[in-house]
Amino acid sequence: MWTFIIRRLLQSAIVIVGVTLISFTALQIGGDPTYLYVSERASDAEIAETRVRLGFDKPLYVQYLTYAERLAHADFGESLTHKRPAIEVVLEALPATIELTVFSMIIAIGLAIPFGIFAALHRGTALDGGIMTLAMLGQSIPNFWLGIMMMLFFGLNLRWLPISGHVPFLMPLVQGHFVQAIVSLPQAIYFLIMPGIAVGFYSLSRNARLVRSSMLEVLGQDYVRTARSKGISETAVVIHHALRNAWLPIVTMIGLEFGFLLGGVVVVEMVFSWPGIGRLVFNAINQRDIPVVQASVIILALVFIVLNLIIDIIYARIDPRVKL
Amino acid sequence: MSTPINAASIDPTTDTGYFAEKRRFREWSRAWKSMVKAKWPLLAIAILLVVLFAAIFGPLVSPADPNRQNIMLRLADPLTVARNRTFYLLGTDGLGRDIFSRLLYGSRISLLVGICAIAVGGAIGTIAGLVSGYFGGWIDDVIMRIADIQLAFPFILLAIMFLVVLGPGVVNIILVLGIGQWVTYARIVRAQTLSLKQKEFVEAARAIGDRTSVILFRTILPNVVGPLTVIASFNVASVILSEASLSFLGLGVPPSVPTWGSMLAESRDQLLANKWWLAFFPGIAIVLTVLSFNILGDWLRDFFDPRLKQTS
Repeated sequence: MWTFIIRRLLQSAIVIVGVTLISFTALQIGGDPTYLYVSERASDAEIAETRVRLGFDKPLYVQYLTYAERLAHADFGESLTHKRPAIEVVLEALPATIELTVFSMIIAIGLAIPFGIFAALHRGTALDGGIMTLAMLGQSIPNFWLGIMMMLFFGLNLRWLPISGHVPFLMPLVQGHFVQAIVSLPQAIYFLIMPGIAVGFYSLSRNARLVRSSMLEVLGQDYVRTARSKGISETAVVIHHALRNAWLPIVTMIGLEFGFLLGGVVVVEMVFSWPGIGRLVFNAINQRDIPVVQASVIILALVFIVLNLIIDIIYARIDPRVKL
Repeated sequence: MSTPINAASIDPTTDTGYFAEKRRFREWSRAWKSMVKAKWPLLAIAILLVVLFAAIFGPLVSPADPNRQNIMLRLADPLTVARNRTFYLLGTDGLGRDIFSRLLYGSRISLLVGICAIAVGGAIGTIAGLVSGYFGGWIDDVIMRIADIQLAFPFILLAIMFLVVLGPGVVNIILVLGIGQWVTYARIVRAQTLSLKQKEFVEAARAIGDRTSVILFRTILPNVVGPLTVIASFNVASVILSEASLSFLGLGVPPSVPTWGSMLAESRDQLLANKWWLAFFPGIAIVLTVLSFNILGDWLRDFFDPRLKQTS
């Protein structure tokens, strides 16, 4: 087990180095990166001063090492619009983004499993066809458009759900105000429903199809037939014999899904004015506030890498075939 | 495979002449029959032909200049007839521009970016996969580790980071989306190449002294085309979605070029006023196009691998 964890940690470290290389390349690809760190009205002297201060006058490898060292100290530079360290701005927005990502994950996985199993058990019926057609459609709808349409229909016309707003849940939890967090949970969920569905619907569709085919494969196995022939109830067969073995591909998919959902969150936050990293990035893009864009992207990548690591370790625990 | 021929056992460099001709004809007619039987792919092709028609002949059939503003006719409802008898089928946007014309022009960007990005990503990925699988060793290691690093990075974030610096532009977005896709192709091609390079016909090609490039591109590559088309079809769908997302974020093409994604971004300002048509029609255009590519991909997968059809 420990060798596995250490090997996996090393892999993650390499990936993190890769991430810094990629983000460094992204900075350099447009020519002199100094211009990305000064405002448009900066004077020549100011530009020259910034170039020297950030070390952009040095050779590339020195620049990279300095860049990597600054990242190691979580120093992404000063935000051009907020006039304070970019990392601060990003970390303030992080909890809202994580709330939305996790909530959409719950929707994507929590609903995909029952829908997929249901469709597999009713294979070939109209219900199965309906669910699968919906799933096909779900994989073709842009998440932000789904958000806009829900906002128009459920928010503005029916007035069932709020079209924007956010009640923090994670922030009080982290700060140790447990009672406040629990009390605000229902409100928090109320505001999460529409953005959560918008982000999660694509994954829900894809995963429902995956669960269905995974179940169908298992249901065709001999041991399931044996279980049935022993007269065990259908529910017991599905839960104890089939689902237990269909479970592994589902866990793998959870890991892959996180990165995808994070990407979706970035776009959907814009639609619902969700106060997370996505909205921050959007505003930063428009104001060409590069330190904030870089800090956001790298922090999200780190979140993704850490989550993947955790899921891989869980996977190793539940799959006896992974060598420990 | 239960198909009449086993693609992997035929050396495409020598598969010519009367029988090959006949075999190809049989393949095409089998494809057509399977498509008619499945029905949905036919609808998908019909929709894609309409989109293609709009993309090519858009300027000829569009009723108005997509960028001409008309302050007097801002936010006109769909089916409005203006005083000068201009007919606004899908209404106008916040600047009084004809939505139907913008939609027609928008199809150009979606298709262009979708197809070119796949060409870029497919080319890089295929070459990387062939080289990686055929040579193995450290080359394989390096290529696959780079692929791992890229996969560890949510793609849209990568695209945002590069496009912010590069600035908007069709070429930039094609390159970024294309480079974002190469890993999928590389992995598939590598896996296929690994098994194909053991086959007799590849060994034979080596034995008669074919150059490596000939073996890679003329002997192995034609046998990988099946899975590649399946991936490409799904990929066009997801690239079109990504392009729409990036345009929505303001990172796509310059604002003067109408795209479905940027139309949706502009519609946000009018949402509270409940001007639904600004957001509805561009979205439907994206959904129909992407759905068609997804349906085609599904059908292609079943067609190339009938075994999968029995389980899914």
